[in-house]
Amino acid sequence: MPERDHLTVTVQRGGPGAPMRPQTFEVPAYDNQTVLDVVSWIQQNADPTLTYRFACRVGMCGSCAMMVNGVPRWTCRTHVSKVLDGNAIEVGPLRNLPVIKDLAADMDPFFDKWVSAEGMHHPTRTRDDAIEPIDPVTMERQEANAGIECINCSVCYSACDTVAGNPDYLGPAALQRAWTLYNDAKDANKDAILDAVSGKGGCHSCHSMGSCTTYCPNELDPLSAILGLKRATAKRFFGGRK
Amino acid sequence: MSEFHLYMAQRLSALVMAPFVIVHIGVMIYAIQGGLSAAEILGRTQGSAFWFAFYGLFVVAVSIHATIGLRTILGEWAGLRGGARDAVSAVIGLGLLALGAQAVWAVTA
Repeated sequence: MPERDHLTVTVQRGGPGAPMRPQTFEVPAYDNQTVLDVVSWIQQNADPTLTYRFACRVGMCGSCAMMVNGVPRWTCRTHVSKVLDGNAIEVGPLRNLPVIKDLAADMDPFFDKWVSAEGMHHPTRTRDDAIEPIDPVTMERQEANAGIECINCSVCYSACDTVAGNPDYLGPAALQRAWTLYNDAKDANKDAILDAVSGKGGCHSCHSMGSCTTYCPNELDPLSAILGLKRATAKRFFGGRK
Repeated sequence: MSEFHLYMAQRLSALVMAPFVIVHIGVMIYAIQGGLSAAEILGRTQGSAFWFAFYGLFVVAVSIHATIGLRTILGEWAGLRGGARDAVSAVIGLGLLALGAQAVWAVTA
């Protein structure tokens, strides 16, 4: 790789009332540098009015996702060397979400859809009962385990072309959450989950394009979770039970 | 009709169509060996209850399947919402059914 002193970084600026416009910065290049490092350098050294969001910096909190060269990524775990296009990078706010300002997307629609997909716990017992033992090797538990490491970063939601075309669509993360709960032995209301994902914008709107699974930074597989929900709802339609 | 019921109707109509498509294409390839005239086709199909039922059901399945698919495209690609999308889809579906039924009647009656 050729030695370079500076990177050319184009950042999308703007928000409600101010149309998005690109602004270019020259940022010092280092051997080890993430996209979040680059954005932080701009905010700390070039333009303190640049708005962006981050918290943990280690790929756990899901706050720092942005579009990098047109692709949604977790910026704290994305090395510049991996995404550099020539000597340049373009950074923008997450796709498919309203922009608050600059690189900060409004996550409200994303989280509202988690609730709409019945992504909430329906307890089987009360606090007065003994804790239910869970067998870790059952098929259901393994299905649930496959999806529970989601960090809510919204990369899948931004990558999804069905969300782009259908604003009602609940999206991959919310549906994957519903699938983990559906497979959870400690969840008491599987029918409520299937009802929630069968409505307008539910799992049946998915076209199985698989961008969610392709772009998930945690290498989860929301597409398979959505296919699982489709199978479960079809099985229920024909009178089958889990 | 809920989104889920439309989804099931589209899958079930696809299930019905699959053998129809195979027989339709298979018979076409078989029948054109050595040339084929309109009179020969009509000679086989006119008055045939089998071909009437075959293509009659085929047309019904196609009308259901294509209408639901087009409804999705009208929403995601053309940006139609709510009642307008359903109305346009219904007109297309009824049109497909009318054209298909007319063709089936013309060759089997």
